[in-house]
Amino acid sequence: MSREQQAVARARKAFETGRSRPLEYRIIQLKNLQRLFIERQKEISDAVKKDLNKSEVGTQLYETLGLEGEISLAIRKLREWAAPRPVEKNLLTLSDTVYIQPEPLGVVLIIGAWNYPWAVTVQPLIGAIAAGNAAVVKPSEVCVHTAKVMEDLLPLYIDKELYPVVTGGVPETQELLRQRFDHIFYTGNSTVGKVIMEAAAKNLTPLTLELGGKSPCYIDKNCDISIACRRITWGKYTNCGQTCIAPDYILCDPSIQDRVIEEVKKSIKDFYTEKPKTCPDYGRIINQRHFKRIMALVGDSAVAAGGDGDESDCFIAPTVLRDVKPDAKVMQEEIFGPLLPILPVSGLDEAIKFINKREKPLVLYVFSADEKVINRMRDETSSGGFLANDCLVHFSVSSLPFGGVGNSGMGCYHGKFSFDQLSHLRGCLIKKLKMEGVNNMRYPPHTPKKLGCARFFILKTFDLGWVGRMLLLALMAVVAAFVLQVRETQAKSKKMLLFLFVCLFVSFHVFS
Amino acid sequence: MSQEELVVERARRSFQTGRSKPLEFRLQQLRRLQSFLKERQEDIKDALQKDLGKVGNSFITHIYFVILWISLIYSFELTACPCKHINSFQHNTEQMQLVTPDFHHVCLFQVFHDEFVYHFLCYSGNAAIVKPSEISSTSSTVIKQLLPLYLDKDLYQVVEGGVPETQQLLKQRFDHIFYTGSTAVGKLVMEAAAPHLTPVTLELGGKSPCYIDKDCDIRIACRRITWAKLINCGQTCIAPDFILCEPSVQNRVVEEIRRCVKEFYADSPKTSDDYGRIINQRQFKRIVGLMEGCTIAFGGDADESQGPTVLKNVTGDSRVMQEEIFGPLLPIVTVQSVDEAIHFINEREKPLALYVFSHNVKLIEKVLAETSSGALVANDCIVHFLDSALPFGGVGHSGMGRYRGRHTFDQLSNLRSCMIKQLKMEGLNSMRYPPHSTKKLGWARRFLLSQLNVQKLRNMAMLAMLTCLAAFVVQRFLR
Repeated sequence: MSREQQAVARARKAFETGRSRPLEYRIIQLKNLQRLFIERQKEISDAVKKDLNKSEVGTQLYETLGLEGEISLAIRKLREWAAPRPVEKNLLTLSDTVYIQPEPLGVVLIIGAWNYPWAVTVQPLIGAIAAGNAAVVKPSEVCVHTAKVMEDLLPLYIDKELYPVVTGGVPETQELLRQRFDHIFYTGNSTVGKVIMEAAAKNLTPLTLELGGKSPCYIDKNCDISIACRRITWGKYTNCGQTCIAPDYILCDPSIQDRVIEEVKKSIKDFYTEKPKTCPDYGRIINQRHFKRIMALVGDSAVAAGGDGDESDCFIAPTVLRDVKPDAKVMQEEIFGPLLPILPVSGLDEAIKFINKREKPLVLYVFSADEKVINRMRDETSSGGFLANDCLVHFSVSSLPFGGVGNSGMGCYHGKFSFDQLSHLRGCLIKKLKMEGVNNMRYPPHTPKKLGCARFFILKTFDLGWVGRMLLLALMAVVAAFVLQVRETQAKSKKMLLFLFVCLFVSFHVFS
Repeated sequence: MSQEELVVERARRSFQTGRSKPLEFRLQQLRRLQSFLKERQEDIKDALQKDLGKVGNSFITHIYFVILWISLIYSFELTACPCKHINSFQHNTEQMQLVTPDFHHVCLFQVFHDEFVYHFLCYSGNAAIVKPSEISSTSSTVIKQLLPLYLDKDLYQVVEGGVPETQQLLKQRFDHIFYTGSTAVGKLVMEAAAPHLTPVTLELGGKSPCYIDKDCDIRIACRRITWAKLINCGQTCIAPDFILCEPSVQNRVVEEIRRCVKEFYADSPKTSDDYGRIINQRQFKRIVGLMEGCTIAFGGDADESQGPTVLKNVTGDSRVMQEEIFGPLLPIVTVQSVDEAIHFINEREKPLALYVFSHNVKLIEKVLAETSSGALVANDCIVHFLDSALPFGGVGHSGMGRYRGRHTFDQLSNLRSCMIKQLKMEGLNSMRYPPHSTKKLGWARRFLLSQLNVQKLRNMAMLAMLTCLAAFVVQRFLR
């Protein structure tokens, strides 16, 4: 048995003991995970610094803070998420118990990425633990130091049989993909996403694929360009552009291109000083292979800012390219680096057309003060997420499902969505072995009379919620009348009671 | 260009015109679909009779199920409108979760038993290619000829054909593939979807177990099981596949089922108007072959149509227990207890449905907690399909994804997160911009990790206002 096979077999055996099912157990695991981020912040930051040159504050801000929030949320809400979810009844199920029961899937495979190694590897793990699954965690081998720290630290805090960490490169991942899982959660690029889906098909394993693409960023010429560019600059050059939801390129009117370039340059200076190379808050490209790839993308596009790089240090300066053509090299693949191409377009129509000719992105950004522009952009395009007047921040809203569409991915997660994505939502209908007479209409021999009955029950739709509310209101009216009658109160008190009744009525409608 | 390529190209171009987006258009198409089902009852009835021996009123019930689903859509008022959800505090401007549906180009595959169940390709605003099963050939032809007379024939095209045509279709790029059928083909569909990263909904099958507790009302239980088993001659993905019960009740179960068969289908199911038939010779031979080595409790006669058959004392390694029966054979496997039944179920692939008959709520809860299946129904079979609020779908080998009612809409939509901010209050953003500092991090921590439920706050504020108003009125007017 290979190492990978053993890890998966052990995880499955641990899952089958049933110990991950009780909510208390899951909460303990989540609290232990919480402790890991409090107690081991230094080791985590040191490793991320070595891999990506992120500062300690940067690591917290962009990686572990979000995780702390997600863990707290899961701990707080777990009972609610895991509870049976009653559903609307109809005439046929009026006397039955009907609900959706969330259940664990089994053994989940989580394949992490290297750009935010903790954030994108542990966030699905939080969902897997909360949903009661076992999970095999495969950190990206590209972030060498962080993978090692994960392998060392996770087993010290969470159940090492239920949640084993398996490190390794392509051969180890392929071996893992030959095993059978109940769900595979992959964060990475579309090419590998396809390979994973093909492997999953053999076992009919459902997937969540968090992929990428070129996220467009449209700047309306009539908006506050200074603030827009500040936010875009932050979104672009965080982690040296190695963010799946970084604004990949800008679309704007030619008349504002110079202004945009000036503002971006200004913001770069504000954030990363005159010398980003020595600024502790400016990151590095993950490795030389990617360094070469990104530098080659500049191609023959005109450099408006930056453009320089140092291979020995994997440093690429924050770069802006101007007057970029649609067929330029930099527009053929996701940049995933600190190059910001600007493509002039004559207006919103052309921008929308440009975007729709390409694969659906993970996120679409639009900067405008005009609601009509925002709405048109939203209505006439498609993307995983849509954000107006800022970048990246939708990632931190746990009530928004985070995921792609088309080439940018499938499935979604964050907050409750992680829990649901990694659960099986089982439909449950609990009937009684009574009232068999009602069922006669469905049994053969079929007759038009029986059919008439079936028609009534099946086709009659009542809003049972409304009926229930009306009944409650009627009950309140009866109680009020009774009180007024029996108590023989004075006129003033009667008015007060009546008024209180009206207040109750209004509140009932406002809050129901 | 092959025929399949042309069809897909035409559908994509029609979709890109944007005409399937407006809600009025979708409602109109749904009404036309309803008309199709009402006006063409005779054609549909004849086709179903030729394919499946479905006659008389049973098919009409079937159709009305479909009509119900369509009318349910009206009651949703096509929930394609954005849903507002105001939540946490970390951003100064209003955060709105607008969940707007996005549009797909969907390909739909059907199996023969669900010929006329159209999964509301219309109502989430997509274009769709429908590929009916070639096995129910008459129904397939009827759909091909008649559907374009009612629905937009460019947006919703029907492609007929067998395996080669299906393979050609699967080479094209879709935004979603919805397949109903067998596990084996489900794998092929998913494999074909992978190069395009097309998400799939697979409604597959499996062996749906049916546990009968010895202390329950066996007569009623068997009545419901018999009905569910023999609808459409057992060719229902959620038919109870086999029974698990204790040896002491096996004979009683057999007797009750025999009695129900007689009651439902008179003395001879073969001549009964309400008993269907196996779709074709290949399936018929397959089902007959499954009886090999088993003890027939009653039935077992197989000439041109397989009669209702109960097999007793079946073991886990019998031929009939190796694959989904999809026919009118009902094996009974005896188990000593519910624990053994659970063990038996868990040794096998997760089924599409699990049935348990018992008065004992704790027993039902035990089965629910210790097994997994697409759905669980206690004390009846199949009827969960009628409740559109319940998601219908499998898990593991019985499928992925779900549909019915609102779930279909969501399954065939892109639920796109939207966040609309303003280009104001930029000062608040300084905590996130470099140069980073511990102080800024402190602020970020406070904002990101605060657990303010803004919706609750608003409700409380409203309540406080109402209370003040009430107090004021009492003070002023009622003294």
